[in-house]
Amino acid sequence: MQAETSIINATQLTKTFGDFTAVDAISFEVKKGEIFGFLGANGAGKTTAMRMLCGLILPTSGKATVAGFDVFKQSESIKQNIGYMSQKFSLYEDLTVKENMRLFGGIYGMGIKAIKEKMALILHELDLRKEQNTLVKSLPLGWKQKLAFSVAIFHEPPIVFLDEPTGGVDPVTRREFWELIYRSAHSGTTIFVTTHYMDEAEYCNRVCIMVDGKIEALDTPTALRKEFNTESMEGVFLQLARRATRTGD
Amino acid sequence: MIKINNISKSYKNRKESVPALRGVSFSVKKGELFGLIGPDGAGKTSLLRILTTLLLPDSGTAILNGFDTVKDYKSIRQITGYMPGKFSLYQDLSVEENLEFFATIFKTTIQANYHLIKDIYGQIEPFKTRKTGKLSGGMKQKLALSCALIHKPEILLLDEPTTGVDVVSRKEFWQMLQRLKEQGLTILVATPYMDEAVLCDRVALMQDGRILDIDTPARLIEKNGHDMLAVKAQDMYNLLLTLRECEAVESAFLFGEYYHVTLAKEAGKNFDLLKWLAGKNHQQAEIKSIRPGIEDIFMNLMQNHPHAS
Repeated sequence: MQAETSIINATQLTKTFGDFTAVDAISFEVKKGEIFGFLGANGAGKTTAMRMLCGLILPTSGKATVAGFDVFKQSESIKQNIGYMSQKFSLYEDLTVKENMRLFGGIYGMGIKAIKEKMALILHELDLRKEQNTLVKSLPLGWKQKLAFSVAIFHEPPIVFLDEPTGGVDPVTRREFWELIYRSAHSGTTIFVTTHYMDEAEYCNRVCIMVDGKIEALDTPTALRKEFNTESMEGVFLQLARRATRTGD
Repeated sequence: MIKINNISKSYKNRKESVPALRGVSFSVKKGELFGLIGPDGAGKTSLLRILTTLLLPDSGTAILNGFDTVKDYKSIRQITGYMPGKFSLYQDLSVEENLEFFATIFKTTIQANYHLIKDIYGQIEPFKTRKTGKLSGGMKQKLALSCALIHKPEILLLDEPTTGVDVVSRKEFWQMLQRLKEQGLTILVATPYMDEAVLCDRVALMQDGRILDIDTPARLIEKNGHDMLAVKAQDMYNLLLTLRECEAVESAFLFGEYYHVTLAKEAGKNFDLLKWLAGKNHQQAEIKSIRPGIEDIFMNLMQNHPHAS
């Protein structure tokens, strides 16, 4: 039953570096088609947790499956079946818009015909046809981010991980970006997203907040606001994050 | 105080000339906490680099406490503290070594000006032997601010000091700025965060190398604010599509758990949105009138000044 409705299943997932426990026995599941917000202060363990789920580092203990694959034994299959976008790295700046799409399509093993069709669709959707031969480095940041998202889901993965996708982006572009996320979730893609913008936490179906390596809250934004008796997700976050004893990234 | 007079700056991109600043003029009063708010590419960094004498303007002048950024660049460097957008301290020096270095090049010592940074540096002093590259984001930010203050500047210029920093550290950082302001420092801070704009005495909204408006946050809202609706429903994605197809709706943007909706001037008059939505399968829709916030205002101004390029 569970395997059918959830796309991430983590049980007691833990990662230690020496005597430092970065992620401390977290258990949660993400449902198919859900927009799942993953929040926490700098140093709470978000990035480490995300890297384990993406098959980039091995957990120390616990269990987890992503899109049906085991994070311990099938990390390569995980990488082929997820999309990933981070604020820091997502596109090659010295390749053109088209070249980036061809490169990523190729890496994910798509055929030339499928790549061409998808490319035409994205250029149309993002209104980027005029810029298809422009180097990515000369695009405005907002366009880059939208293109990076489209490239991350180019191979139509069942789940996409977004690591602070909207940092430093203007408020209009930030919302256009979230409309892309909505559209993609509406067509069935599961979205796993981290952000420092608390208004964006409200856009998620469910939100998980990490403090000092542990999950301290996990629910819908409405339920969390009620539980913490506050009017905004910022209020929830501040109450939880101030409990943290760790400093650091 | 800072007096910026008609500054323009263009960059050469192959044969094209790309304008970054198009005749920017404004003043910052002594002891003011002034925010430069705008998206990536608005020209904030170019302007700050001109004020810190790191970049020459194509035309126009800037005077900081009586000194000209071009003629008196050496004096300007003495009286300004600068925190660049990109973390620029030496990663392979310890916390204390970095601070010592900046004190020394300004011919002072940590001891002589310790009182200026005690509040901020005190928080990271327990880690003073740690390599700077190994610090967390929040700690790096505190060290960078300490290094910008150690030579006792009169004016502080900060370029997106809180980008990528979590909400708790951001709040702390702004409390520190408030205290520095109370000590008499003039502070010019660039930020893409709209919620930080309301913490400034005055803000300049920037886009495409131009100033869209300058005022106190309260007056900006009062001047540019118009009635808005907050709308939500069960199916938020379809609600957005429905709102977008409605002729009476001028704009609809996500805002927390609601969409902020502006009705069109003509078509929106006496329009019953709730009834209309009910007819479009959003029977459970909820609508309330709201006062716009600074982010609404800025988005509105941005929409009315579409990108020049």
